[in-house]
Amino acid sequence: MITMEHVCKSYRVSKRSAGMIAACKALFRRETETVQALSDVSFTIQDGEMVGYIGPNGAGKSSTIKILSGILTPDAGTCLVDGRVPWKDRIAHVRQIGVVFGQRSQLWWDVPVADSFSLLKDIYSIPQSQFHNNVEELTELLHLEELLKTPARQLSLGQRMRCEIAASLLHDPRILFLDEPTIGLDAVSKLAVRDFILRRNRDHGTTVILTTHDMQDIEALTRRIILIGRGRILLDGSLEDMRRLAGAAGVREQDAAGAQGQDTAGAQRQETAGARGQETVEVRQDDPAALDRIVARLYEQLHII
Amino acid sequence: MEGSHRCADLSERTMKKYISFFRLRFNMGIQYRAAAAAGVVTQFVWGFMECFLFRAFYEADPAAFPMEFSATVSYVWMQQAFLAVFATWMMDNEIFDMIKNGNIAYELCRPVSVYRVWFARNCALRLSRAALRCVPILLVAVLLPEPFRLTPPADGRTLGMFAVTMALGLLVTVSIAMIVYALSFFTITPQGLTIFFTSAMEFFSGAIIPLPFLPQPLRTITELLPFAGMQNVPLRIYGGDLAGTEMARAVGLQVFWLAALLLLGGWLCGKGVRRIVVQGG
Repeated sequence: MITMEHVCKSYRVSKRSAGMIAACKALFRRETETVQALSDVSFTIQDGEMVGYIGPNGAGKSSTIKILSGILTPDAGTCLVDGRVPWKDRIAHVRQIGVVFGQRSQLWWDVPVADSFSLLKDIYSIPQSQFHNNVEELTELLHLEELLKTPARQLSLGQRMRCEIAASLLHDPRILFLDEPTIGLDAVSKLAVRDFILRRNRDHGTTVILTTHDMQDIEALTRRIILIGRGRILLDGSLEDMRRLAGAAGVREQDAAGAQGQDTAGAQRQETAGARGQETVEVRQDDPAALDRIVARLYEQLHII
Repeated sequence: MEGSHRCADLSERTMKKYISFFRLRFNMGIQYRAAAAAGVVTQFVWGFMECFLFRAFYEADPAAFPMEFSATVSYVWMQQAFLAVFATWMMDNEIFDMIKNGNIAYELCRPVSVYRVWFARNCALRLSRAALRCVPILLVAVLLPEPFRLTPPADGRTLGMFAVTMALGLLVTVSIAMIVYALSFFTITPQGLTIFFTSAMEFFSGAIIPLPFLPQPLRTITELLPFAGMQNVPLRIYGGDLAGTEMARAVGLQVFWLAALLLLGGWLCGKGVRRIVVQGG
């Protein structure tokens, strides 16, 4: 079980305007700004849940993942993963988790992927039979046959991502953190990866926490969504809850546009705002970009960008 | 009984992790054949230049030098052959990259000690480079005409002590490099640190000229510094310049500094890891 309570984290960011004069000024005086990456973040995730963690760029998604995986120490608040404080009990904690950072690589650049895998086998002290079975299963599900003998540097982004995901699962982690795992994947690989994550959750009961900007990932994988913006949790619920929230926000927008001279209609609409919002959204559901639009509108309406 | 057995089993598995890191880095290191060939050529040219230079000085006044010419020649050739073991400027750039680009995040997601992993990687990097480079250099150096020939050590015991102190020298070199890595957690870019450390270490380790060539009291001081425990000790033992109680004292100092540097590096690395902020993404 994962619990986060009142977690805060801020960074200091140096700022200066572009140009020569600003650069010279910065020689004498530095301007730094404190950015509140996370403020008062709390949630609980049960074993075996699949949670989508979404929000606009810079909302604090990755910071949360880093805290949960023991890399980052928060300024305040408590966090327990299976009874351990991640950053204090780092080594015991990381044994139980698997992490994929979509924008980084854990594979050794200049050696075949299989070599990186066998290093992981020793790092996690994975028994030979378990390692063998896992590699076989992962190879089949993620189509890695051809890739294992190739040096990581010669793989394309999507091929590498599949290997990265496999690498994070060799030790059968109880919890899997996926930070933008479908970044750069082609349609076939995306489907394969989604299918794979679903199976993993179903067959192994792995808890999965997923950050992504791809709303189709969310739709395909998660029943629970945590929406974060400017370091605060704005919504913790189902996809339906999110649609309702977006619907409400969307109707208000329409009202403003149609307000000129249509007062009665406007008032009527307001009464049924919730239901109507849901309808308008549901009509659009065949449109593959519908969910993207909902999310975009949500980000805009909540002023969290 | 069973408890101690389990304990031994556990530490064996712990060792295996780091040996595995060592093995992978070593295997990776020995695949760069062209780099090794280029290195061999460079080291030959450099070795000859140094030998000729010292010969000119010795011809002017042989009595002015604290080491026999043959010992100096051996020092130069062994230094060139095992350059990768001791060269202070040979840092593991992948570690600096990891700190700069944030891939260290993955390093921290593993149930391993970052310090020990990097230590193992560095030893492997140096040994893999030396393994490819030393054989051709040694082979040719023993076949050269006098007085530029590399002479074998006086006896088996000297050779044994050379091997032991070379291993210690490697560990001292790596533990100093580890301090540079740990410090770059705090400075973000490693450039200033590496320039400062490598230029100081080149001089104080005897990489530019052997330490006995330094005037007093500089010589006594440098011989007490940790940098003297890198190449100075093994290379001088090989040529017979360092023997008896003086040798025992030098080895004792090597061990002392190794312990001190390991403690300091481990402490710094721990502080750096807790302080680190992996930005972006």
